[in-house]
Amino acid sequence: MKAILTGNEAAAWGARLSRPKVIAAYPITPQTSIIETIAAFIANGEMDARYIRVESEHSAMAACIAAQNTGVRTYTATSAHGLALMHEVLMWASGARLPIVMSVVNRAMAPPWSVWTDQLDTMAERDSGWIQVYTQNNQEVLDSIIMSYKIAEKHNILLPTMVIEDAFILSHTSEGVDIPEQKKVDDFLGEYEPAFKLDPDEPAGFGSLIMPEGPYMEFRYKMALAMEDARSEIRKVVEEYNQVFGREYAPFVEEYKTEDADAVMVVIGTIGSTAKDVVDRMREKGKKVGVARVRYFRPFPAEELRKIAKGAKMIGVVDRSYSFGPGADLFAETKSVLYGHADIPVKNYVMGLGGRDITPRIIEKVFDDMLSVAKDGVVDKEVEWVGLQGDERWS
Amino acid sequence: MYEIRFHGRGGQGSVVASKILAKAFFMEGKYVSAFPYYGVERRGAPVTAFTRMDVKPIRAKYQIYEPDYVIVLDPSLISAVDVLKGMKENGYVLVNTVKSPEEMQDELKFKNVATVDATTIAIKHHLGSQTAPIVNTAILGAFARVSGLVKIETVMDAIRESAPAKQEENAQAAKDAYESVNMGGD
Repeated sequence: MKAILTGNEAAAWGARLSRPKVIAAYPITPQTSIIETIAAFIANGEMDARYIRVESEHSAMAACIAAQNTGVRTYTATSAHGLALMHEVLMWASGARLPIVMSVVNRAMAPPWSVWTDQLDTMAERDSGWIQVYTQNNQEVLDSIIMSYKIAEKHNILLPTMVIEDAFILSHTSEGVDIPEQKKVDDFLGEYEPAFKLDPDEPAGFGSLIMPEGPYMEFRYKMALAMEDARSEIRKVVEEYNQVFGREYAPFVEEYKTEDADAVMVVIGTIGSTAKDVVDRMREKGKKVGVARVRYFRPFPAEELRKIAKGAKMIGVVDRSYSFGPGADLFAETKSVLYGHADIPVKNYVMGLGGRDITPRIIEKVFDDMLSVAKDGVVDKEVEWVGLQGDERWS
Repeated sequence: MYEIRFHGRGGQGSVVASKILAKAFFMEGKYVSAFPYYGVERRGAPVTAFTRMDVKPIRAKYQIYEPDYVIVLDPSLISAVDVLKGMKENGYVLVNTVKSPEEMQDELKFKNVATVDATTIAIKHHLGSQTAPIVNTAILGAFARVSGLVKIETVMDAIRESAPAKQEENAQAAKDAYESVNMGGD
């Protein structure tokens, strides 16, 4: 069935079709319409799930953890400060190996107060042990939730997953979306089979104290292995989903005209969608540019980016957040995985923070700057803040 | 690709209009996106909403700066907001007003103007109240006529499926506006 849905309605549909049994959530702009839509599904009898209203995002995640521990699928959604408040329990969810799926609508962290898009909220949770998948349109939002349950629930993975969408640009934008048939999703996902659960007939303890000589380190090591294994599971599940539902997702990195590109833009989220239009326009002028849109930030697509870098003269990494390290996160990690594999300039472009609109005109200027770096063979400035007020170069 | 920008006031239904128009295009097999200006809307405050339509998938994920069509739901906005900002030279402006296109051409200093009295039409169909009529569905009927981009029957069907109440009254308001819109000239 095709329908016009906002990104948040698409997320609610993705959750509904995956049949979680417990939803625990707390409202926060711009996420709220996800859980409102789900609440309506449940109230209308269209979704068989228990909706738990809680007093904070911390409690929302705590309730999902407890419910998932009893052996059922759970779902929640949040943004920005809500995600930050969950921080402690995010670590619990992943450490306890509970395959919870959560939508995060990227929103800037205050102050100054802002409800608009910025990826700092999720980037700040890159070390939480959650799989992270970023989307570029409402169809991908819906599909990624269904795929995420299948990947996360594999017994060799068991890692929770954030399905991430840009605030307003997706969350409140209506697009045509193909809603898959429930039966097909049921067949694709199957019944949830927990690897372990709380069971009065087989009492067990979870998350107990481990002394330094105990296997704490081994638990962490197994999580690291699971994040590595997720790479092959993601590949398999995405390929299967493409086949069953007629989609064309690249598992890790969506490449657009990168094969012969001199300068490749590595980017996450909706900027990567607009950038494809810009690539087409610049190709008409003979400028060899391409886009590599990173879908999975965790696990990080190291091999894919190394392969892309092999054919390019330079890589420009666009970050829609800043992390006060050696450049922003996508840049720092891209540069790190290229070290020893590709001897080409890598430059960071920080832009669109706090929801500042990213137009084709700005993207074209970034591409032009990237081409001049490719020509010179050296990076003039490692981290470029694009479009600061009063900076005429990008206006 | 066609880009349409709506200017209204909070409570008039500009955001809903942008979605209903997208739905009508979608029902005719087009690709669409519709979105509000990402603000925090308040009743009475200026609101901007956008609709994009194309025959191929839409990859553009940014606001509309150079519209092909501008739809003004409240003529009092013209003195408060630059409704023609970035307007394409051969674009078209549709204004909800009792004035003629010629009068609005002078006021806006722009040649392609159509006018429709959507307020009277909305009141006639009891949409909203006498003092705060909801004109969003009527103006879409006028847009169908002015643009020729979508059939009035499809707009009426999209309204019937989307309007939260008074579906038929809203659809008829669109039809009345379709028939009464004044495109100027002879």
